[in-house]
Amino acid sequence: MNRTQPLVLGIESSCDETGVGVVRGTTLLANTVSSSMDEHVRFGGVIPEIASRAHLDAFVPTLEQALADAGVRLADVDAIAVTSGPGLAGALMVGVCAAKALAVATGKPLYAINHLVAHVGVGLLDDRATGKNQDLPANLGALLVSGGHTEILRINSITSDVELLGATIDDAAGEAYDKVARILGLGYPGGPAIDKVARNGNPKAIRFPRGLTQPKYMGTADEPGPHRYDWSFSGLKTAVARCVEQFEARGEEIPVADIAAAFQEAVVDVISSKAVLACREHGIKDVLLGGGVAANSRLRELTGQRCASAGIRLHVPPLDLCTDNGAMVAALGAQLVMAGVEPSGIGFAPDSSLPVTSVSLPA
Amino acid sequence: MLILAIDTSAVASAALVSDDAPESVIASFATADTRSHAEVLAPGIEAMLSEAGVSGADIDALVVGVGPGPFTGLRSGIATARTLAFVWGKPLHGLVSLDAVALQVAESTAAVPEFLVVTDARRKEVYWARYSLADGQLPLLQDGPHVSVAAELPDLPAFGAGAGLYGDVVEAHPEFAAEQPDALYLGQSALARLASGEALLDSTPLYLRESDAQVPGPRKRAL
Ligand SMILES: [Zn+2]
Repeated sequence: MNRTQPLVLGIESSCDETGVGVVRGTTLLANTVSSSMDEHVRFGGVIPEIASRAHLDAFVPTLEQALADAGVRLADVDAIAVTSGPGLAGALMVGVCAAKALAVATGKPLYAINHLVAHVGVGLLDDRATGKNQDLPANLGALLVSGGHTEILRINSITSDVELLGATIDDAAGEAYDKVARILGLGYPGGPAIDKVARNGNPKAIRFPRGLTQPKYMGTADEPGPHRYDWSFSGLKTAVARCVEQFEARGEEIPVADIAAAFQEAVVDVISSKAVLACREHGIKDVLLGGGVAANSRLRELTGQRCASAGIRLHVPPLDLCTDNGAMVAALGAQLVMAGVEPSGIGFAPDSSLPVTSVSLPA
Repeated sequence: MLILAIDTSAVASAALVSDDAPESVIASFATADTRSHAEVLAPGIEAMLSEAGVSGADIDALVVGVGPGPFTGLRSGIATARTLAFVWGKPLHGLVSLDAVALQVAESTAAVPEFLVVTDARRKEVYWARYSLADGQLPLLQDGPHVSVAAELPDLPAFGAGAGLYGDVVEAHPEFAAEQPDALYLGQSALARLASGEALLDSTPLYLRESDAQVPGPRKRAL
């Protein structure tokens, strides 16, 4: 196996995007994504069985397109990488089975990798404008916010040492956006819909709760409470529903823009303040933003401001690499190959709750 | 003609069948359990190919059971078969998975002119199909496959693990009361049909059930 500039094919199917990406070392060659998002619109959220059916039909065409986009043949590939978790069990299964079949048919080594760590892996891809190599700083923080996850990680080594500092204990932030968008009749996906309407609203019109910010959860830096860096969004969603009901009960028009803005402010405020707190208290000077909600303008703005005042550099990869895709899987796969990590073989099982400490599965 | 057959509609199984081999079987494997397809299928196929000394280039076609069967397991076989067929550049055919049990019945002393094949659909339902059998012929699918409660099945001898599960309401043949679709019989069925010029299915899964998703109704207004 070429371990200096390995050609790696990455496969992603943990949620509603079927992604196949190709990288050579840290150079992105192809990032092909087929999304089943349109099929979930009428349900107002991702339906796992619909996503799984779509993965099955999208996989081979997406693979074919990615190989064509990259201008490579399967025979040239040094290794294959696939998301083995965390994610939707049935959706993961399709990508994992396809990846194993690819490994059997080509005889190429297979790496089973962690989806969350792969979100960080895209930060290592060369800058597309300048072609410049981007080293990840040591002691990197990663704030991942999407429809499926909300986490703050510390990356000591992207191939072997990743630590979970905090995470949502119930809904993911993107899920909260979807649910609130439905309450407000704004459609799916909720993130962009609320972000747009919120621009015309007053974020201070209503004060919504910031979950897990009471002293009993926070504790102090010396004696941290049980959820110092964790989030909770289910209470916020309920508060929005109550608020809407109160306007209705009074027979008043619902101030959709104000509610959207105030909701968004509550989400973004608590995400960025806890992330910055976690970074400060762990001596983290660089933080990478990843996940689909990185596209949210207010999240980028407020997180950027707070990082700047805390002396922390915020890195935001190109948005098409922030959402779920195969390139991030290939990027992390290439790092594993270059670090000399052994492949996972083909006997592993997908794990819908794979912990971040497991960057790749051992053989 | 050398065929790699795969079925994961119930258990995970795969087989190499050829009209040149004795009993037309070169190699086969099947697991007993119905929930570990993603782990065991690829290693099983790899081991089978290497023990038989067969490579992708030697294979003329692939055949996959398209169900019906529990969705996640069913997809693992179809995803595997589609990917192998794509990489090797070989044709891929689909067969109703219940055909496997039907052929097994036809080749046994339990064979009758008209019968049902029944597998477990979970949620207190079964997948089933009605077959007819003429002397020296392959079993012919007459009706189905369907999904329903066992009590609604036609009054005919019933073969397969789904019949065994509901022996109180169907006439389950005891020797077949635990039988699951096996790629070995699927491959043999495909060999015979392709030899006679019959066109097989494509690899579209037979889900028979919609996803459980409910379109949310309008939110209830206060008051
Ligand atoms: Zn993700």
